[in-house]
Amino acid sequence: MTKPAHALDFERPLIALESKIAELKELSGGARVDFTDEIQKLEKKAKRLQAEIFSELSPWQTVQLARHPNRPYTLDYLGRLFTDFFELEGDRRFAADRAIVAGFARFDGEPVLVMGHQKGRGTKENMLRNFGMPRPEGYRKARRLFDLAERFRRPVIIFIDTPGAYPGIGAEERGQAEAIATNLEVMSSLSVPSISVVIGEGASGGALGLGVTNRILMLQYAWYNVISPESCSSILYRDSTQGKKSAEALKLTAKDLAGFGITDEIIPEPEGGAHRDHDLAAENVRGAIRRHLAELEKLSPEQLVVDRYKKFRAMGVFTTEE
Amino acid sequence: MPWFSKQKKVKARESTPAAPPPPPAKGEGIWHKCEGCESVVARAELEREWNVCPSCGQHEALPIRRRFELVLDPGSFEELDADLTPQDPLGFVDAKKYRDRLKGTYKNTGLRDAFISGVGSIAGQQVSIGSFAFEFMGGSMGSVVGEKVTRVFDRAFERRLPAIVFSSTGGARMQEGIFSLMQMAKTSAALHRFRAVRKPYVSVMLHPTTGGVAASFAWLGDVVIAEPKALIGFAGPRVIEQTIREKLPPGFQRSEFLLEHGMIDAIVHRHDMRDRLGQLLSLLG
Ligand SMILES: [Zn+2]
Repeated sequence: MTKPAHALDFERPLIALESKIAELKELSGGARVDFTDEIQKLEKKAKRLQAEIFSELSPWQTVQLARHPNRPYTLDYLGRLFTDFFELEGDRRFAADRAIVAGFARFDGEPVLVMGHQKGRGTKENMLRNFGMPRPEGYRKARRLFDLAERFRRPVIIFIDTPGAYPGIGAEERGQAEAIATNLEVMSSLSVPSISVVIGEGASGGALGLGVTNRILMLQYAWYNVISPESCSSILYRDSTQGKKSAEALKLTAKDLAGFGITDEIIPEPEGGAHRDHDLAAENVRGAIRRHLAELEKLSPEQLVVDRYKKFRAMGVFTTEE
Repeated sequence: MPWFSKQKKVKARESTPAAPPPPPAKGEGIWHKCEGCESVVARAELEREWNVCPSCGQHEALPIRRRFELVLDPGSFEELDADLTPQDPLGFVDAKKYRDRLKGTYKNTGLRDAFISGVGSIAGQQVSIGSFAFEFMGGSMGSVVGEKVTRVFDRAFERRLPAIVFSSTGGARMQEGIFSLMQMAKTSAALHRFRAVRKPYVSVMLHPTTGGVAASFAWLGDVVIAEPKALIGFAGPRVIEQTIREKLPPGFQRSEFLLEHGMIDAIVHRHDMRDRLGQLLSLLG
């Protein structure tokens, strides 16, 4: 089990209990006193507490879990689920963008294009990864690799995890909006299977810029929406600290999106969240990708384009009234 | 006013279709103070000039119905999909219920949502056309706007017509959450399907065009045109300033800035819009 270095507010009682259990175990190890009964009791209690906390997570707590600094990121899944990874970094236009990692690799032995937003852990890595916020170069690199996937007929597997595309001067000068827009169109036209998995945060166009796929999967505690709760509240209430309120209003959890028919599957997370067991989280993701990929590989190239077109064409809620 | 020579203005006036300006709306005086040069002009005169300031050339917002009068052959516009009506799939509530906001905006503007579309002709050539109504919730794109834009491309595809979309929008409509985000994908996919008929799609960006609309079909025009001094970009200036903690340079994200960076193809004065669109259609359509 990965020991959480950071604890979210609502995780604290659980983590306190767990460290007490660990303490007792250590004392038992010395064998002077037997705490077995006490430990068992506490373990039961911890389990109950965890179930209690996680059975009624609020949308805002989900957002916090999705941002947990120990949550597995794209490279954590890449290392566990893919072999033979060859990273390709060039956008051929301006610069390398480390907020998106991409390349060809094998999934279950089959060569695929794999890419995803990449956040960093710690200041240094976060600077390199720009906190998972791509510049236009990241989207243009992705676009170039989509073209290769199409030509070499490789399935496309995407991990989505971004607080948004980077809002900066250079990004605007070099056409952030154009870069994202182009990917929406290119991805919609691919005749190879494509699957996106929202593993953490799916904020706005910066997420969707890699997200126009045949299947959209979401981890249990990921969120996906048109705007982050903080940005939403800073527009609505001119106050970015009202994120909790906006998180509820926006309907951004995996459960919400499954209810709307936007996501195809919710991938269950290990108890207490993916950050508590990267290996198990990755195994769950592997199973889901495997299943959806097998289904999509039964479709012809033409059917794949039509399948994806129909999926997005049907999105939206309106009526016709005289 | 580098984009607007005297000579051009005379020519533009001659070619500008004559349409009677609508009576001033309630609450609007007969005088108007220009946002650009602060000169005061009679509202009737401003409206004759299609809301372009006669002294400085500032392009002020043009009500959506007049946009069609400006560019289409008189009497050629046939509105379609007018019955599409927004819903409230999230049950969204902020200071107001979204449902009430929609009703109130409908009452104030007479619009069901932020987009009007249909078919019409420019210099005799049929086009599938649509325009954002900024006056409806900042021209934000929810399901209805996304569906109408999609149908502009669908219609252009089915009837093999050129497509024209005028954008003026703050981006996606957050009150429709994930549905509004997905309109970006839906519209771009429909646009891609339309490309097969080899007819041009001209995207005209008006002030302002930002967010999810800029980052989808608006920037995917075969030709991308902007009105002068329009604010165009992905992120709004306020968000960028908060992120980088710097003041933005003057002219940042304006049409002239984008042209300079190669991000758009041309800046066209409102009085020339009909002629320039006609020219493009005859060259590419
Ligand atoms: Zn003026």
